[in-house]
Amino acid sequence: MANKQHTKAKTMQSLFFCIATASVGILFMIMIFLFMEGIPLFKIVSPNDFLLGKYWYPTSDPPDFGIFPLILASLYVTLLSSVIAIPLGVMTAIYLAELASPRVAEIVKPVVELLAALPSVVIGFFGMVIVAPFLQKTFGLATGLNLFNAALMLAFMSIPTICSLSEDAVYSVPTGLKEGSLALGATHWETIIRVILPASVSGISTAVILGMSRAIGETMVVLMVAGGAAMIPGSLFDPVRPLPASIAAEMAEAPFRGDHYYALFATGIVLFLFTLLFNIVADFISHKYRQVGEASL
Amino acid sequence: MNEKVKDKSKKNGFKMKSENLDFFYGDFQALHDISLNFESRQVTALIGPSGCGKSTYLRCLNRMNDLIPISRVKGKVLLDGENIYDPSLDVVMLRRRVGMVFQKPNPFPKSVSENVAYGLRVNGIKNKSFIRERVEESLEKAALWEEVKDRLDDSALGLSGGQQQRLCIARALAVEPDVLLMDEPASALDPIATQKIEELIHRLKKNYTIIIVTHSMQQAARVSDRTAFFYMGKLIEEGETDTIFTRPKLRQTEDYITGRFG
Ligand SMILES: Nc1ncnc2c1ncn2[C@@H]1O[C@H](COP(=O)(O)OP(=O)(O)O)[C@@H](O)[C@H]1O
Ligand SMILES: [Mg+2]
Repeated sequence: MANKQHTKAKTMQSLFFCIATASVGILFMIMIFLFMEGIPLFKIVSPNDFLLGKYWYPTSDPPDFGIFPLILASLYVTLLSSVIAIPLGVMTAIYLAELASPRVAEIVKPVVELLAALPSVVIGFFGMVIVAPFLQKTFGLATGLNLFNAALMLAFMSIPTICSLSEDAVYSVPTGLKEGSLALGATHWETIIRVILPASVSGISTAVILGMSRAIGETMVVLMVAGGAAMIPGSLFDPVRPLPASIAAEMAEAPFRGDHYYALFATGIVLFLFTLLFNIVADFISHKYRQVGEASL
Repeated sequence: MNEKVKDKSKKNGFKMKSENLDFFYGDFQALHDISLNFESRQVTALIGPSGCGKSTYLRCLNRMNDLIPISRVKGKVLLDGENIYDPSLDVVMLRRRVGMVFQKPNPFPKSVSENVAYGLRVNGIKNKSFIRERVEESLEKAALWEEVKDRLDDSALGLSGGQQQRLCIARALAVEPDVLLMDEPASALDPIATQKIEELIHRLKKNYTIIIVTHSMQQAARVSDRTAFFYMGKLIEEGETDTIFTRPKLRQTEDYITGRFG
């Protein structure tokens, strides 16, 4: 009897091990594939010219494969969207965890999470149909599909991530710390600023970086609202072409295993390295500062 | 007006008292009609089985229970003759006068000296040399100075449990309260650290009114002048510690003290 159970446990364990190995293995193979299809580009263009070249004319003759404008577009869009999303997301989180009455929090929290469930194509659509004409009219622009619009839409997409993860971080600050502060005659507000925020800073940073990594990899929204011009932007309202938008827009037209095709995969490698970096930083921060909060004995 | 109030409290000798205090968590009544006096510069121990309302009562004395949204208080708590539940009373001021040390040491994830300076800083004190002096003074009062004077800028989380608890006491003393509430301050500590805390209480009694919750009879007997026995949210018996431990009036008290229940 005991032996049979033991065998069963063993079988289950091996089964789960196989499934886990398979999923990791497949992801790993995709990564290998990405590199195999991207690296041949560097026979034609040096990595330096590829990364820092200012012109992206993949279909001209001769073609230019410089993704610097695309990298800048991605970075600008991500940065600007963080500038919008971080204060809003973190402040909403503090409000929900510390200031809102339980009843309000109970309603607002699911709404924020619902926002995370909005498909990106819907957000992109909203940006195209509502925000773009509005921007165009208000600022007298040639097009409302531009860097600012894309950043705004990406901010909408990352606010739920930033907000709900930060809320967890703020909420999990031990009650003992809050009470310790209040018992010393600190006001609720002083307690938030001086104790709760410092104690949850690692969780909030992780939330912010994960939110940003979502924004930098997001494709559909930037494809729809960023405007698509592969130029180094001169202002907030210039159309841009972030990395994922470029890949998605051109992949269908690029001849299989032609130079353009390799260039798009190489762009994919760059994008992958960016997101990887974001995730490593997030992981690092959340591990390094994990031991904050109430003292453990 | 303050003078008059102080005089009044001196006349009847009580620093703090509760009158017919009832406390509710929602519909559950956790305290029933507690009237209890605390004399100036004395240690009062609150004893009783777990869940009898000791912590709840203690937290009524600095209005820590205000944080629990469903809670409700009836009756009065007087500090120097003034009802602390009076709507016009400033809770922040109250908590500066009535300090609290918690069951589990809860230093802030800051440096040792910043922990002690915290109460001063939130009181708007900015003078650096004043803060430094007050930090040293408080750490000395809490019998911790010698152990931490070379690591004032290190994180408080690196201290041992007993040191952390004395740091929390120092932190409370830095804002110069009149009354010190302690909720089982040694329950998470080893015997040696416990002994240090008890010695400390003995010395602090000269300057502070101390109310301490403890589940240890021996501790109550060692540190307190008066003892109050709680059971099921009611105050069963209160008096001189010697009397309570040697000749309690009630059977229930005797049973608890001799370990026949609880
Ligand atoms: N936050 C709370 N909400 C509801 N009931 C509580 C809360 N805190 C304590 N109680 C209840 O109040 C009673 C007294 O608790 P407490 O004051 O913590 O007892 P003690 O400190 O003597 O062990 C217990 O029955 C406990 O379950
Ligand atoms: Mg308790």
